[in-house]
Amino acid sequence: MSAAREGLAGFLESPTRFLFFTGKGGVGKTSLACASAVALAERGKRVLLVSTDPASNLDEVLGVRLGSRPTAIPEVPRLWALNIDPAAAAAAYREKLVGPYRGKLPEAVLKGMEEQLSGACTMEIAAFDEFSRLLGQPEATADFEQVIFDTAPTGHTLRLMKLPSAWTGFLEENTTGNSCLGPLAGLEKQRVVYEGAVAALAEGERTTLVLVSRAQRAALAEAERTSGELWALGVRNQRLILNGVFRASCPGDELAVALERRGAEALRAKADFLGRLPLSEVPLQRHNLVGIPALRRLARDGDREVGSGEGEVGPLPALESLSSLVDDLERGGPGVIMTMGKGGVGKTTLAAAIAVELARRGLPVHLSTTDPAAHVAAAAGRVEGLTLSRIDPEAETKAYVEQVMATAGKTLDANGRAMLEEDLRSPCTEEIAVFRAFARVVGRGQDGFVVLDTAPTGHTLLLLDATESYHREIARKNSDMPEEVRQLLPRLRDGQFTRVLVVTLPEATPVHEAAALQADLRRAQIEPFAWVINQSFAESRSSDPLLVARGAGEARFIREVVERHSKRAAWVPWVTEEPAGPEGLRQLFAAAAMTP
Amino acid sequence: MNTQTVQVYDSAMCCSTGVCGPEVDPKLVQFAADLDWLKGQGVVVQRHNLAQSPAAFVENELVRTTLQDKGEAALPLMVVNGEVAAMGRYPDREELAGLLKLKAAAASAAAKTGGCCCGGAC
Repeated sequence: MSAAREGLAGFLESPTRFLFFTGKGGVGKTSLACASAVALAERGKRVLLVSTDPASNLDEVLGVRLGSRPTAIPEVPRLWALNIDPAAAAAAYREKLVGPYRGKLPEAVLKGMEEQLSGACTMEIAAFDEFSRLLGQPEATADFEQVIFDTAPTGHTLRLMKLPSAWTGFLEENTTGNSCLGPLAGLEKQRVVYEGAVAALAEGERTTLVLVSRAQRAALAEAERTSGELWALGVRNQRLILNGVFRASCPGDELAVALERRGAEALRAKADFLGRLPLSEVPLQRHNLVGIPALRRLARDGDREVGSGEGEVGPLPALESLSSLVDDLERGGPGVIMTMGKGGVGKTTLAAAIAVELARRGLPVHLSTTDPAAHVAAAAGRVEGLTLSRIDPEAETKAYVEQVMATAGKTLDANGRAMLEEDLRSPCTEEIAVFRAFARVVGRGQDGFVVLDTAPTGHTLLLLDATESYHREIARKNSDMPEEVRQLLPRLRDGQFTRVLVVTLPEATPVHEAAALQADLRRAQIEPFAWVINQSFAESRSSDPLLVARGAGEARFIREVVERHSKRAAWVPWVTEEPAGPEGLRQLFAAAAMTP
Repeated sequence: MNTQTVQVYDSAMCCSTGVCGPEVDPKLVQFAADLDWLKGQGVVVQRHNLAQSPAAFVENELVRTTLQDKGEAALPLMVVNGEVAAMGRYPDREELAGLLKLKAAAASAAAKTGGCCCGGAC
């Protein structure tokens, strides 16, 4: 990787009108999308920046409070931004339907309508509706020459981008006419919009898919997979940006050299994929990319000036080690241990590390994930006493459909069966199937340790919303629901049974997203057990100026975690070898507690 | 003989076929199949879900007044040839046939044995 690659500035010379930034959590999608938006606006274009992430960080990065309508960014003329907020979109949708009938129908009847339109399916579809409007309806973005989408981490985004074709296909194939269109029954009218969205995505003259990755195995694997899946959907104008590329500045610095080597090895392993797409490279930044000046520097290809205030770490608080945290988890006995947090903070790695460690201590452990894009098997490797699974939406949906056909479908005649089968092709079915699989995995905590890695925040919040709304429905209906489904929410709320670990990096957006997540969990009456601060450079003793600057920058966020967010926090330093497989994961337990 | 009509007014739900929600409701699935069977017998069937088409509930005088009197308990409400035929429950195929004076024997027998799953070829 010696040849100098084009930077962000080069790529922005002649962009298509729509740019989609996507990639694994934490690779820097938001930073790069924001930097691109700022740069293009400053070149005279009218730019709209849109986040489709239910846990959007645009507000923090741009330093402006945003809503679901375009808001002008004061510091940057010609730049507007908005968040597609599923909850707000669903509320607007609900009001549009219910509002006209206030006073015309009894209050109790209206309440029933509202309750029904408060489910996760309504939320997802309402958000999706917003998204396709921006993409598929020319009037919606007529005021802007450039529309940039900052998307949620891959799993969620793939689903969003596949939905236009899924819905269009469902509407076309729907022959009986009374099929389940879920909360968006007015869908037929929207067909033109969805078709427009599908067309816009597939038209290379109009749309570029910008895959963002780090020089890191899991992130590259995910970029490659996304590339293939979207290629199959007809999205062919793709490009890759390697973000956060690091080069050691002094050859004697062991940690810096190891960091560079880890990156180079990951890139070598994916050389084929890298060769297939136009490629840009953005160097690792010294500071967090928050605020307009930092974004301007990034678009000018990196902040290479010498920073000020380096080495001023300030006092660090006391933090416990990962092994002492695991000691306590072990003492707590069987149940569910969940890792949650922003994308890219190391949820899968930490879940694998904890599971492997518990198994090594001779306990029966099951490791699973709700993240459709995560690979727990690659993270953990093979360990005696450890079983693995994953909640694969496609497989779960297939199994669920088969089960319904074998139970509710059993007593129907041929016509009835055909109708039911068609109804089950509704995209809502996937959500139900995933929810039930989630309940099943949590239920396994009755018999042993279950370590459950979750998808990035936005996706997980939607899953919890679904859990709460289904729980209300279950309470109302009193049907013969499986016990694990009935017990799901009570189990998640039981701090003895479920121990939630909030994982973060010692940086601004991961900490603030984690704090917001914690607030949401508390609203759902789920109290986190502890926080884990991952990949810290704070005590690295590196002399590489860039790493020193990053380590120094961590201190205030570590203090913020301890002082404002959690009574209990563990820390895990950055490690030199890829933390995967039983040996690689053991590195994470090497560090002692941090003492002030 | 004039065309017969059946109008069904469901309470608010994700979808009337019963496949949404944490568990498939077999009653709804069966009822959807029964309505489909009615259509096959030449009956004009209309179905309205409160969560999706509240206008239908307000526009129909009979439905609106019934709702005002009885509240949500009136749902699901079934109107056959312009008169309320069932309230707060879904009639089975036999009852539907009786209400519409159709011969249901053969069809409902097949539906009840539950063994037929070979696409009508058995």
